[in-house]
Amino acid sequence: MSAVSINKETLDPPKLEQATDDATTSSASTANEIVLAANEDNTHMKMIIEKIAEKQSRPAKLMPTDMQIKTAEFFKAFIPAVFGILLFLGIWTLLSHQQPILPGPVSTWHSAVELFSHPFHRNSLDDQGIGWNILSSLQRVGLGFGLAALVGIPLGFMIGRYEFMSRMTAPVISILRPVSPLAWLPLGLLVMGAAGPAAIWVIFISSIWPMVINTAVGVSKVPQDYMNVAKVLNLSEWKIISKISFPYVLPYMMTGVRLSIGIAWLVIVAAEMLNGGAGIGFWLWDEYNASNYEHIIIAIFVVGIIGLLLELGLSMLAKRFAYE
Amino acid sequence: MNPTLNETTAAILSKTPAKAAERYVHIEDVGMQFVTKKGTFEALKNINLSITQGEFVSIIGHSGCGKSTVLNLIAGLLRPTSGNLFCAGREIAAPGPERAVVFQNHSLLPWLNCYENVYLAVERVFGSETKVQQEARTYAALELVGLSHAVEKRPNEISGGMKQRVGIARALAMEPKVLLLDEPFGALDALTRAGLQDELMRIMQKSGATAVMVTHDVDEAVLLSDKIVMMTNGPSAGIGEILEVDLPYPRKRLELAENVQYNHLRSEVLKFLYERHAKKAA
Repeated sequence: MSAVSINKETLDPPKLEQATDDATTSSASTANEIVLAANEDNTHMKMIIEKIAEKQSRPAKLMPTDMQIKTAEFFKAFIPAVFGILLFLGIWTLLSHQQPILPGPVSTWHSAVELFSHPFHRNSLDDQGIGWNILSSLQRVGLGFGLAALVGIPLGFMIGRYEFMSRMTAPVISILRPVSPLAWLPLGLLVMGAAGPAAIWVIFISSIWPMVINTAVGVSKVPQDYMNVAKVLNLSEWKIISKISFPYVLPYMMTGVRLSIGIAWLVIVAAEMLNGGAGIGFWLWDEYNASNYEHIIIAIFVVGIIGLLLELGLSMLAKRFAYE
Repeated sequence: MNPTLNETTAAILSKTPAKAAERYVHIEDVGMQFVTKKGTFEALKNINLSITQGEFVSIIGHSGCGKSTVLNLIAGLLRPTSGNLFCAGREIAAPGPERAVVFQNHSLLPWLNCYENVYLAVERVFGSETKVQQEARTYAALELVGLSHAVEKRPNEISGGMKQRVGIARALAMEPKVLLLDEPFGALDALTRAGLQDELMRIMQKSGATAVMVTHDVDEAVLLSDKIVMMTNGPSAGIGEILEVDLPYPRKRLELAENVQYNHLRSEVLKFLYERHAKKAA
């Protein structure tokens, strides 16, 4: 909705500007006369007349081109964003002057340039490029989240489809869902005996719930009308799932998946900080211990940007599955 | 279960010796109660009705009189709390493609296009046929309702009238023994409705199918039906009167407007609804 209204707003200004040129300089004689007749203080009236003039003399060359519209839209979206970033950098600079141990934007930038100039170097397990760290974090998230989807989505389908399943699982889910993700870590270490699988376990258990719950809600909301169609057509259970439940539930499911991957990415940093090994969270903690304070800030940005990209990617995927 | 009772009810209703074709759809002493939070609600009581093969029957009554419940019972979507329903000599135990339903709100699946929506039904009923035959059936059904040009469109890309046409095509494509229509044109504007009524009349003439339609539109009932079942108001609604519509086919809307018999039948229905069984405005 908001995107549409922005489009409309951005469409107007270039037209108006050109209309002003047009009315004051050239051809639209009738409009000029009316302008003369009108009270000069009445700027609102003038605006209206200018619009009329624009409508009367509408040769194709005066219409804003697609390029112009796109440029206008771009600036409309771009300028406030730039302003926001500059403000942020300003506050950051001020804070770093107040507290000299906090690296400022400039020193962080230089450090980042150096860091990203060779992201995939590898000297030892503790000294490897940031690229490797990001990749190992993503791999963990992928595994934990993938397993959660594999278990959570079918489970959600069953809970939504069968009242009995819903009642059966409700108490357990209600108790386990609010548990803080890191509370699962010791249990994982205990059972799995290694840091890597324990981190994947934490991601699995904390990101599974949104997928289970959203899928179940979607399935239970399939309109009775569609189920009546299924009954009258006497469709098989498989046809009901593939032609009715699944397409209906897909948008709900995608919301669950988005929430889940957000949680998974939030959790990985914390899990790795406690766990050690490799990964962006571990790296952040490691750089703190090594007093590379610029790198802490770089890590924060990297985590934020990757989280944003994951979210954007899934939003685009979700849009492809929307049927209305 | 007890044939003697069947025969007596049928004899009372039809006043002729009972034949299978005359009791094609047969409703016998049906009562329907719903359990609600406030207690048991008796929607229908002592419903007895026989529908002859090939007949077009309308069920008319004020809103809330349970006419849709009767239709859902025939469809098998509801099970009666007492009494029995039969279709073509067999008890109605569950919904099935032999009793296709055209739903009031069309109930098309929004993620499938018109073709796929109809094909879903064809595939289920004529699964033993070849793919080519099934496709031909789907196209034929869509052509019958005049939608050959919109097969690839999704339901949200077509008008309300067109959606209802697809709903009708889906139901007809199953070649049902009985076509059940639940206020099929209720959500449409008057002009679209008239157009679709004419078309439904043409299609029904062509196919000769048995049909039961729930409606609250008096003109629609008289125009389309061979028999109008008028229901009394609920709770515990029942069949008040049954009106035979003996107007000859093909029926033309404009000619009928000045037809004495048509106007007489129309006023009979109106009298039933607004004099004998008037309902206070809610």
